Amino acid sequence: MTFPEDLRYSKEHEWIRVKDKTITIGITDYAQDQLGEIVFVELPDEGEIFTKDDPFGVVESVKSVSDVYAPVSGRILEVNDPILDNPESVNEEPYGEGWLVRLEMTNPKDLDDLMTAEQYQAYIKEEA
Amino acid sequence: MQTSLFDRHKALGAKVVDFAGWKMPVEYSGIREEHLAVRGSVGLFDVSHMGEIEIRGPGTLGLIQKVTCNDAARLKPGRSHYSALLTPRGTFVDDLIVYRLTEGHFLLCVNASNKDKDFEWIHSYASRGTEVRDASDEWALLALQGPRAREILPSPLKKTEFEKKNLNGIPVLLSCTGYTGEDGYEIFSPWSEARRIWDWLMEIGRPMGLLPCGLGARDSLRIEAGYPLYGHEIDDETTPYEVGLSWIVKLEKGDFLGREALLSATPTKDLVGVSMKEPGIPRQGFRLFDPSGEIGRVTSGTYSPTFQKGVALARVTPPLTNAARDEKNISIDIRGKKREAVLVSLPFYKRGP
Repeated sequence: MTFPEDLRYSKEHEWIRVKDKTITIGITDYAQDQLGEIVFVELPDEGEIFTKDDPFGVVESVKSVSDVYAPVSGRILEVNDPILDNPESVNEEPYGEGWLVRLEMTNPKDLDDLMTAEQYQAYIKEEA
Repeated sequence: MQTSLFDRHKALGAKVVDFAGWKMPVEYSGIREEHLAVRGSVGLFDVSHMGEIEIRGPGTLGLIQKVTCNDAARLKPGRSHYSALLTPRGTFVDDLIVYRLTEGHFLLCVNASNKDKDFEWIHSYASRGTEVRDASDEWALLALQGPRAREILPSPLKKTEFEKKNLNGIPVLLSCTGYTGEDGYEIFSPWSEARRIWDWLMEIGRPMGLLPCGLGARDSLRIEAGYPLYGHEIDDETTPYEVGLSWIVKLEKGDFLGREALLSATPTKDLVGVSMKEPGIPRQGFRLFDPSGEIGRVTSGTYSPTFQKGVALARVTPPLTNAARDEKNISIDIRGKKREAVLVSLPFYKRGP
């Protein structure tokens, strides 16, 4: 499993790529492995506004359903539509083609609660 | 608790979950791949968590006739049938398979989650002298399911038939039964010998595309095949008439638990199939609507690897007539959004001749 150093991580197993106020969000390699083969993804509409910790989407395997939570507050700028038809890309490239949404962050302080790659790896070790 | 194959599951990289107190493999290579292996070639399941209750001695047939609703007197030795334990209200204590081993010796295969309850239930109706024995820790159970199962184990057995046989030198009951909607076998073996049979079947089957399969695929396969599962479609508030199982109720066989109630029962609900027309996967508890309002709820739902869409078994209350049901357009509430679906007759999947 890989956990790129340039990303931040949430306790709900999302990764976050920060570029100024634009945040890209996906689920981690660990999360996709736990879920198993992903067969369905539900994403919000562009322009929708979410508060930190709100569920904004759903990722489903054959057997299970997982909510995906907004790691920071903000407005949806862009949705990764291609994964709706190819949900397996979330398994195959969780940090690349399998990203979920881009969001305009409203409160940069939200980032303070997120973990580094090293902290996240310690966190999942503890959780397991 | 662990089955005797637990180390095999770990070695194969299975994801393990707790199921009715058992550490069971839920998937190995992936539910979809395992599911499609069973539909297209063959899959091997460890279902040793299932309960086995053996009954023999004087009064055996009478006891089975009393506590189950199907007609066990019609079973010849070497035959099995699907049946149920019913309460006096005609509702399910459990569903089960009844195997007649000899004239006076039966084996009942019951759900793991209900095994202790079932044993107590049957035992409480037994006469002195009739032996009712929980043999669950003596029998391992493997399921070899799929169109190529007979290439691995050639056999003249027809559906529901079983025979005593030696497999790789191990005495087993080889039974032409299953929970997937495919041809194939269930194999009862002595608990400690299951590994030798598992390894042997894996080795013969690999070139044919055999995959080890977990409880995840078992569930998606049985949903496609329209088979009910206790705690989902059937429970102690539901009669066989309310889940399309009137064929297992033999009122003419004489007295049995639940018969009286079923004679005058009016079904208050029915089991239907739901097939999604829009993206989305129906899950247990999701609500079904037609223009008149809520008409029912999902009892089991899944993504169907065979049909590549969401499908579900659902309880409609009150029941719909056949004419009102088939191909009826409905909507299903998926996390607050109404998604289009259609009611279909069960099963979703039926294997070709």
